[in-house]
Amino acid sequence: MMNMRTLLLFAVCLLLLALPQFLNPYWTDVFNNIGLYTVLALSLNIILGHAGLFHMGHAAFYAVGAYTTAILNTQFGVPVLYTMPLAGLLAAVFAMVVARPIIHLRGDYLLIVTIGIVEIVRIALVNDVFGLTGGANGIFGIARPMVFGFKLKKPEHFFYLIWGFCLLTIFFMHRLENSRFGRALNFIKEDDVAAEGSGIDTAYYKLIAFVLGAFWAGMTGTIYAAKMTIISPEAFSFWESVVLFTIVILGGMGSIRGVLVGSFLIIGLPEIFRDLAEWRMLVFGLAMMLMMIFRTQGLIPPPPRKYDVLAYLKEAAGAVGGGRA
Amino acid sequence: MSLVQLKDLTKTFGGLVAVNDVSFNVEQGSIVGLIGPNGAGKTTVFNLITGNYVPDTGEVLFDGTNVVGMRTHRIVHLGIARTFQTIRLFQNMSALENVLSGCHCRMQSGIFSAMFRPPSQRREESAAVGRAMAELEFVGLADQWNNAAKNLSYGKQRLLEVARALATQPRFIILDEPAGGMNDHETQELIELIKAVRDRGITVLLIEHDMSLVMKVCEHLVVLEYGAVIAQGGPEEIKNNPRVIEAYLGADDDLL
Repeated sequence: MMNMRTLLLFAVCLLLLALPQFLNPYWTDVFNNIGLYTVLALSLNIILGHAGLFHMGHAAFYAVGAYTTAILNTQFGVPVLYTMPLAGLLAAVFAMVVARPIIHLRGDYLLIVTIGIVEIVRIALVNDVFGLTGGANGIFGIARPMVFGFKLKKPEHFFYLIWGFCLLTIFFMHRLENSRFGRALNFIKEDDVAAEGSGIDTAYYKLIAFVLGAFWAGMTGTIYAAKMTIISPEAFSFWESVVLFTIVILGGMGSIRGVLVGSFLIIGLPEIFRDLAEWRMLVFGLAMMLMMIFRTQGLIPPPPRKYDVLAYLKEAAGAVGGGRA
Repeated sequence: MSLVQLKDLTKTFGGLVAVNDVSFNVEQGSIVGLIGPNGAGKTTVFNLITGNYVPDTGEVLFDGTNVVGMRTHRIVHLGIARTFQTIRLFQNMSALENVLSGCHCRMQSGIFSAMFRPPSQRREESAAVGRAMAELEFVGLADQWNNAAKNLSYGKQRLLEVARALATQPRFIILDEPAGGMNDHETQELIELIKAVRDRGITVLLIEHDMSLVMKVCEHLVVLEYGAVIAQGGPEEIKNNPRVIEAYLGADDDLL
């Protein structure tokens, strides 16, 4: 069983490695976008999928990361990839500051405030705050990233960077899910009064979910800035947040596989049906409605966690009078 | 020695005085019942002890520490656990995971050890699973460990709440109508379970409407009416207290 999974994982990695050889630059770029959205949606998945906090302003954190990289690179000449930790950190600090006062809000109330946050960030960027963000035109001339002296410039170069980061993200998210931290978030999603009553510091975990999600989105912002070399406020609009929100809800809250499928559907499918561009929103809306009625848990709900109870049962069988008969 | 002391607790909701100057003590190692007619303020008293509500005046001393104003999870960490009157399990999660939520406050590992999984994290995880399984076995649900909470019968869900509360390793456990929705057979088993909890050295305070259960397990009773304590004492004493009979049981002695 375990062998099958490793084999499958190996095959997927091999396929990813070979993929750019078979695709033209355009389709490679489509895959790059899918990869970026997957990472972003996975970072939102911590907040929305696991902790159940309706957060529709994720693009704000992404923007903080991307602008951090752009400013550090164009103004101070810091190599692009070196800015990644700081981009993540600043996004995390920003998340902590804005999430702290609103963390106790529930459901739709939180949703509305987070929409406000992403709009405030966008408008602040358009208005050239601190004279650093370049206003509505944004920032251009961001340097290409260097990896071990090799300059990444073609889409297939970025393909490896993005999907490499994506695999790393999946690895860490998988581990986070299957831990005390991941469980705590799920308890909060299910019933936060009961979670608090079971000894979980719900306010702390909600805040940490925001901070961690923002950290990851900020780091993804670096890759985005490096890939585009130009960033402008329009790339971090409310609409981007809605797309990310949709990917998580459609794919399945708290499900890594669901988020992957969700990004392929939401980002990939419109590229395949380019000729039907006008119909896109109609199909999209219809799909969402059908989901809400027939499959509220998403396309691929998260699998249950596995626990090694057998080891315990053996031990208990050995010990006499361990429990109450 | 008194493990828990309630001193002059008062809580009002708007113009309604839900709890009015309530004081009583819970002795270490005892089983105490809090009874009274519907709407007497029993659950409000529980919520005041566990920090879900903050009293207007008064103190809740747990082992000498005033817990008023502390957040609920801190109070749980100190050693007070509870179950809920309306079942509040994590319905879509397995019985084992429900109990693991109780283990949470006795564990350490955070995000970094989750991501990098040092040996200490693995040890802690398997120890927690072991402890959770032990608590499931204690309440008799070990074979249900992989079942989602929502798939358990009503009585079993109540037991699962007890297991979750016990997993926090409390010194004091508060049970809010533990026999609600249980049949006679299940209630009998519950009586044994409550005694077994006490035998582990955990002090028990419970609200219950099932008088046969209350009279069988409780060593001390506190009677509330309209938010105020109208009587306290042993079961026999309470049974014959005219004020209690009048206020709570009416004229119908047969009920006992």
